Amino acid sequence: MLDINPGLILWTIITFVILLFILTKTAWKPLLEALQAREQGIRDALHEAEEAKKESERMLAEHKSALSKANEETARILKEGRELAEQMKNEIVAKAHESANAMMAHAKEDIQREKETALIQLKNEVADLAINAAEKILEETLDESRQKKLVDKVLQKLPKN
Amino acid sequence: MALFFLFDSQTSDHTAADSAYVLTDSVRVAVAHSTPPGEESGNLFTDLLKHVQDSHELETPFGHIALPHIHLFGIDMSITKHVVFLWIAAAVLILGLALVARKNRKQIVPTGFGNLVEVFIVFVRDEIVIPNMGIGGVKYLPYLLTTFFFILLMNLLGLVPYGASATGNVSVTAGLAVIAYFMIQFAALRAQGIGHYLAHFTGGVHWLLWPIMIPIEILGTFTKAFALCIRLFANMTGGHIVIVSLLGLIFVFGKISPTIGYAVSVPSVIFTLGINFLELFVAVLQAYIFTMLTSLFMGLGMQSEVHEERAH
Repeated sequence: MLDINPGLILWTIITFVILLFILTKTAWKPLLEALQAREQGIRDALHEAEEAKKESERMLAEHKSALSKANEETARILKEGRELAEQMKNEIVAKAHESANAMMAHAKEDIQREKETALIQLKNEVADLAINAAEKILEETLDESRQKKLVDKVLQKLPKN
Repeated sequence: MALFFLFDSQTSDHTAADSAYVLTDSVRVAVAHSTPPGEESGNLFTDLLKHVQDSHELETPFGHIALPHIHLFGIDMSITKHVVFLWIAAAVLILGLALVARKNRKQIVPTGFGNLVEVFIVFVRDEIVIPNMGIGGVKYLPYLLTTFFFILLMNLLGLVPYGASATGNVSVTAGLAVIAYFMIQFAALRAQGIGHYLAHFTGGVHWLLWPIMIPIEILGTFTKAFALCIRLFANMTGGHIVIVSLLGLIFVFGKISPTIGYAVSVPSVIFTLGINFLELFVAVLQAYIFTMLTSLFMGLGMQSEVHEERAH
């Protein structure tokens, strides 16, 4: 059983060398190349997926910050608008007050002026009447009754106030 | 080798009862072979072991085929049974792997048998070659893959009915070990250059010790290959002999009394079945071990330059 057969050793070596040669050509080379290509493909795909994930995360963060910025902006605009409206309201109210006051003052002034002119006119009138009465008295001598009548007449002509 | 032994109760006269015929898995063949009487007489085990050993005949389901005797330059280059199984293994590998290579090139993701082959290829590359030889070992991958698949297939062919494992022959494993020897030396020579390669034989000791050291180192290179040769041979033959022994028990006891023979046959066959499954595992394991050790020895030769530089 342990006897060495040189012919069989040679056959083994010959067979192995030919097998090695043929298999390297027909099987190992294409198989290993395909394997390597696939492994490279998987590595690339994983790398790409990683990149895509990073990119999407970055974009998400960007969008989030943009959204929060927009929210802030909205709040700011709203606040500003409210403030502006408040300010305008106050201004309008103040202006209205002012103009009302001015109108009132104007009216008072007018009344005062009318009153004064009326008083001046009344004085002139009274003076004229007094002069007219004096003239009448001087022109004709009058009896007591007539005088009375005249005085009444004059008094009647006077305005009530 | 799938050995199925049958105790032939038909021919229970004193000559036929002694001889146990090593038969295959069909009773039909068993009956057909039991008819020539007296031809194979003698020791039970020598009869049984004939089927483990090399021969100039090929057993087939259609009878025995005589194989040619060839003598070239004084060497017996006969095509024996094991040479035929060498060639069957080689042919199956070439056809099968070429088919797989063509199929795998067509599809991006291999399926089925192509996937199985690729699992083995990736295993040899990632679990054997790269850990032992580093990334530089990848250029020896075709050699190691061929070794692995060739040995695996030769081992498995022994488990097929009518098959024989060529690796159960010490000459075949010696041939494989010779190739491994040259590959180990070549890898070391290529990685280190001739100077470092030769310097390695001195073992880095004082020159006065060289006459002792150099023969030891040279012998050391042979022992590695020798161990490879014997390990594979012994493991493949061992399983067969265990099966022969287990089934032989049936005939040993059957000689005492046929009833005991039948009684013993039940555990015998169960154990044989177990050993057959073990053989299936051993077939893969030994292919792995041979490849792994070759790769390890090649890797040692390739790296010893680094070791020496560290030592200086």
